[in-house]
Amino acid sequence: METKNFKYVYDKPEALVDNVTHYCPGCGHGIVHKLLAEVMDEFDVREKAIIVAPVGCSVLIYDYMNFDGCEASHGRAPAVATGLKRVHPDNIIVSYQGDGDLLAIGTGETIHAANRGENFTTIFINNAIYGMTGGQMAPTTMENQITATTPYGRDPMDVGFPIRGCEILNTLEAPVFIERCSIHDFKNTLKTKKAIKKGIKNQIEGRGYSFIEVLSTCPTNWGMKPQEAADWVKDTMVPYYPLGNFRDN
Amino acid sequence: MSGQILMKGNEALGEAAIIAGCRFYFGYPITPQNEIPAYMSRRLPEEGGTFLQAESEIAAINMVFGAAAAGARVMTSSSSPGMSLKQEGLTYIAGAELPCVVVNIMRGGPGLGNIAGSQGDYFQSTRGGGNGDYRNIVLTPATVQEMADLTVLAFDLADKYRIAVLVLGDGYLGQISEALTLPKPTGKVFEKPWALTGAKGRKPNKIASLRLVPETSLEELNLVLDEKYKEISASECMHESYLTDDADFLLVAYGTSSRICREAVTELRAEGIKVGLFRLITAWPFPAAALQKAAVNAKNILTVEMSLGQMIEDVKLSVKDPEKVDFYGRSGGMLPETDEIKRRIKAYGN
Repeated sequence: METKNFKYVYDKPEALVDNVTHYCPGCGHGIVHKLLAEVMDEFDVREKAIIVAPVGCSVLIYDYMNFDGCEASHGRAPAVATGLKRVHPDNIIVSYQGDGDLLAIGTGETIHAANRGENFTTIFINNAIYGMTGGQMAPTTMENQITATTPYGRDPMDVGFPIRGCEILNTLEAPVFIERCSIHDFKNTLKTKKAIKKGIKNQIEGRGYSFIEVLSTCPTNWGMKPQEAADWVKDTMVPYYPLGNFRDN
Repeated sequence: MSGQILMKGNEALGEAAIIAGCRFYFGYPITPQNEIPAYMSRRLPEEGGTFLQAESEIAAINMVFGAAAAGARVMTSSSSPGMSLKQEGLTYIAGAELPCVVVNIMRGGPGLGNIAGSQGDYFQSTRGGGNGDYRNIVLTPATVQEMADLTVLAFDLADKYRIAVLVLGDGYLGQISEALTLPKPTGKVFEKPWALTGAKGRKPNKIASLRLVPETSLEELNLVLDEKYKEISASECMHESYLTDDADFLLVAYGTSSRICREAVTELRAEGIKVGLFRLITAWPFPAAALQKAAVNAKNILTVEMSLGQMIEDVKLSVKDPEKVDFYGRSGGMLPETDEIKRRIKAYGN
């Protein structure tokens, strides 16, 4: 396209690959990927960045980020990130994890990496369901929520209550930054970006472990239209998972 | 350092890793390998390296995954029940083609078993251990000297082939103190352009075992791995033949059980019985061709293991006449006895 008479005022971040993602319409992953890429560009750290991909819908995040990427087995992203960061303390390491990854199979790795104050940044996508495997119950699935493995709704007396990640990590001494955000509307999306930016800044300054939880949407597995899904985050998830900063040392 | 020094097997192994340039160690306590993490926790800071006690065996092997992906020489160590937990990481390491050294100081099993030395993890070690089509190189030291020498070799093999190399010892080798001459660094340098260092002046690197899309198919990856395994099988088999040339009877063993066999050979030879020992140094690749050659004239072959019969399957697959292959083993932390080996060889008659 001829652009000489035009001035770019908004462009795709350099840290984002010009790729079609496999995400469903209305999925929150694409939004958070873009926020992360923008933050990498704004700090000019794309060439130092390494993304650690989880197992889950965002397993291919390294195909969408224009920087180095590393696989981790299910739940082990904090351990893999620990190994990477201990070898390359000057690189910018982000573990990007879903709710099953971070609060079920990888609870131990999550808590202990946070407790050691590892100097990397975790982005935790909480969409209250296992997306990639077809909509099974997650540790963060809401009470009475119907999923592939809770066809009668999640019964806390049987399988426990939804787990709150920020609150658990907030019991630890080491983390420097803990915040829960949401991408259900534009205002909250901007707050999410601000939190991610703080998490990366902390890492650049060598301050320690930052944890950003993002309440996100899964219209496909929730059986909703994208706007209904965004509303469900606001009306159902936010009251149980209060938004806001838990720690900013 | 010149001349011989006295060291425990586990500690000699730790020092050898440092000599080989290992500066990252991640592990979790388990007997009978605890001297390794203790040694590394003291020595690595002196060398500017990193020792980290992980929250679990699974976390430790995944920290190894991360450090190997970053391009470092990295090691973890454990013992049998802990190795079961590490298999998840090992299969990902195989798929992602990452170099690392993993030490298993075997103890009795199954389950929690006991803490005495054993060779019960031969199958797990030589058959991959985790899910999917893959192998690890498996080195089997028999002395404290070899605990050190093979550890140095392990790091070079790992980097050369981008593969996990297992040093498969047992609780007796880990705990025994013997004189050794510390090995020297080999000085070999392996470039790692694939490592994750940040995409400065190059395209992004990716470390992954996932192959979902057709253009980089999983079968393609498996065939690449298979080629690598064939190359390793052709180039890296190691064994020791002891008095096998004229042997009427052949003992086959590795590690601690091979030391007992060696004693039996010496004593039987003193009685005029022609017996020899074929000792594995690599359990994978299995030195099948060399064993077949060594076994050609043997009337009987006795496989001796600290298990109830695992390596014997590879022995039978290697020799021309599997019916000649017999077995003697003790398990659960017990040791094969020299007298019993002698009795069995004599029972074959002349």
